Amino acid sequence: MTPKNIYGILAEFKGPKAILDAANSVRKEGYIDFDCHTPFPVHGLDDAMGLKRSIVGYIVGIGCIAGASGGLLLQWWSSAIAYPVVISGKPLFSWQAFMIITFVLMVLGGAFSALIGMFHLNRLPTFYHPLFNSEQFKKSTDDKFFISIEFKDPRFDMEDTKKFLESIGGINIEVIEA
Amino acid sequence: MNDLNTNMHDSRDITDAPLVEGNHTFASITEKISSITENPPPKGWWIAFLASLSLLGLLKISILYLLWEGTGIWGLNNPVGWGWAIVNFVFWVGIGHAGTLISAVLFLFRQKWRTAINRFAEAMTIFAVMCALIFPGIHVGRVWVAYYMFPIPNQMSMWPNFRSPLLWDVFAVGTYFTVSLLFWYVGLIPDFATLRDRAKTKVRKVVFGILSLGWRSSNRHWQNYEQAYLMLAGLSTPLVLSVHSIVSTDFAISLLPGWHTTIFPPYFVAGAIFSGFAMVITLAVPVRWIYGLESIITMGHLDKMAKIMLVTGSMVGYAYSMEFFIAWYSNNTYESFAFVNRAFGPYAWAYWIMISCNVIVPQLFWFKRLRNSLPVLFIASIFANIGMWFERFVIVISSLSRDYLPANWDYYTPTMWDVSLFLGSFGLFFTLFLLFLRFLPMIAISEVKGVMPEADPHHGGEH
Repeated sequence: MTPKNIYGILAEFKGPKAILDAANSVRKEGYIDFDCHTPFPVHGLDDAMGLKRSIVGYIVGIGCIAGASGGLLLQWWSSAIAYPVVISGKPLFSWQAFMIITFVLMVLGGAFSALIGMFHLNRLPTFYHPLFNSEQFKKSTDDKFFISIEFKDPRFDMEDTKKFLESIGGINIEVIEA
Repeated sequence: MNDLNTNMHDSRDITDAPLVEGNHTFASITEKISSITENPPPKGWWIAFLASLSLLGLLKISILYLLWEGTGIWGLNNPVGWGWAIVNFVFWVGIGHAGTLISAVLFLFRQKWRTAINRFAEAMTIFAVMCALIFPGIHVGRVWVAYYMFPIPNQMSMWPNFRSPLLWDVFAVGTYFTVSLLFWYVGLIPDFATLRDRAKTKVRKVVFGILSLGWRSSNRHWQNYEQAYLMLAGLSTPLVLSVHSIVSTDFAISLLPGWHTTIFPPYFVAGAIFSGFAMVITLAVPVRWIYGLESIITMGHLDKMAKIMLVTGSMVGYAYSMEFFIAWYSNNTYESFAFVNRAFGPYAWAYWIMISCNVIVPQLFWFKRLRNSLPVLFIASIFANIGMWFERFVIVISSLSRDYLPANWDYYTPTMWDVSLFLGSFGLFFTLFLLFLRFLPMIAISEVKGVMPEADPHHGGEH
């Protein structure tokens, strides 16, 4: 097995508390390119891994502003410029009446940007991933908790990393081929 | 301090009933919920599915005949130009509200018990809104130009009238449907991955492989995922309150006595939540029994939903009485007449069905014994569904049939096609809902695991 064919090492940990402690140790050991795989989001794991706050919220903010301003522009342009028809004596640009659709399109813009922003940050869809080659990894969506350390991490070393994962309580350690 | 924390934690454990009962583990939760979609359905499912499919056929026939013949096949007359179609529209949109309330509002309030019921309540929302959207769609008369409702550039250079509440409604309900669908799908992604990883057949592997988008339970993904979910919940919360408010402006912005009141938006929202929770109970009681999910959808869940029905039912009752008070206090002859006519006029029978089902029946839920009785819950929830349909019937029909000039008055009677379309819409709803029960995880697997005590990293530990 040449190093080029290796994605990284996968180790199982027993339960939420074990993975939380293990993630702390892996981070303190200086690893950067590692990840935890849990059947549900484990409380406190983001801090243990040293992850920064997600930026999805900012993307949603932009989406909301785009939706609201697009909605207001559409209503202004179509009612006052493109098709000016006076209806029950209301002004062509009746901004009060336009607020509802502006609000609704703000929500729509925000919702789509939450979805697309999350997909983009997570690089989804990614239909192939080396981890899917592992048979035991299938249990990560059921009741098993894993940590994977990638080959590309500067501190990665086939033997040392394996031993390290063992020392912090990792079991069923498996080398994952790319 | 440490002692104090421990004590507080312990006392909470004692007072709160567990969210998941029985000796479930993470694996048994996965097995319980996934196996429903993997094994052949129970016989009861087939009976229900064939019945729903027949009603769906009835819907198709009714719509085709309507397109062929026109809206003249309905019982509409002058002045009642909005008949059952609009009653059904408001009824179905209202039912949808509980799903979003459970999935979004209770999420923001950190009500963890929502996890057992949010998935199928959201499915209920989506299917109910689909049923709702049929009615204004076929009510426009010339269905083939229904696209006039949308701001699409066209050869006549016409644009929709954005000052009209009917157009606000198109946008509000359309957005509501879209956002609910996105929210539902985002919630389903981790569970699709669970089904993918359990899949034995090629078809299931491919289908769930595509639907799960390559989800690999990564915590780096969970982090963005959780924030996106929070954002969607935050966006859905004002949306769900606005949708039925906007639906109510279809009525409130007109000048018709009985419609032209400012209480409509909050009153409609309360009624929508009431009817939605009633429908969730109607669906949850048989589903948990047939599929043996009593340990996940517990009596505690049903008890809480019954309390919400009691609160919203009483709010609706308050709105009914406040309408009367304002009608008298306004000193407006037409307004006063509209309300006296509602309670004692030709549609008094409908009004009193509405009052009994929506105001009196939910009062049963003051009693814990009745909240914990499955037959009472089921029957009371069906009464609430009936009552909420009649509420919309009373609002639409009684106001339209007696407007300002007695020379205009007429009595409205539905035809068989009104009835067949309404029954048919139940066919669409239940067909979709049964397919959902059959093929998709009806309970959010990853979320239920997340609220189990052993999911907390400090569980059983020394703090």
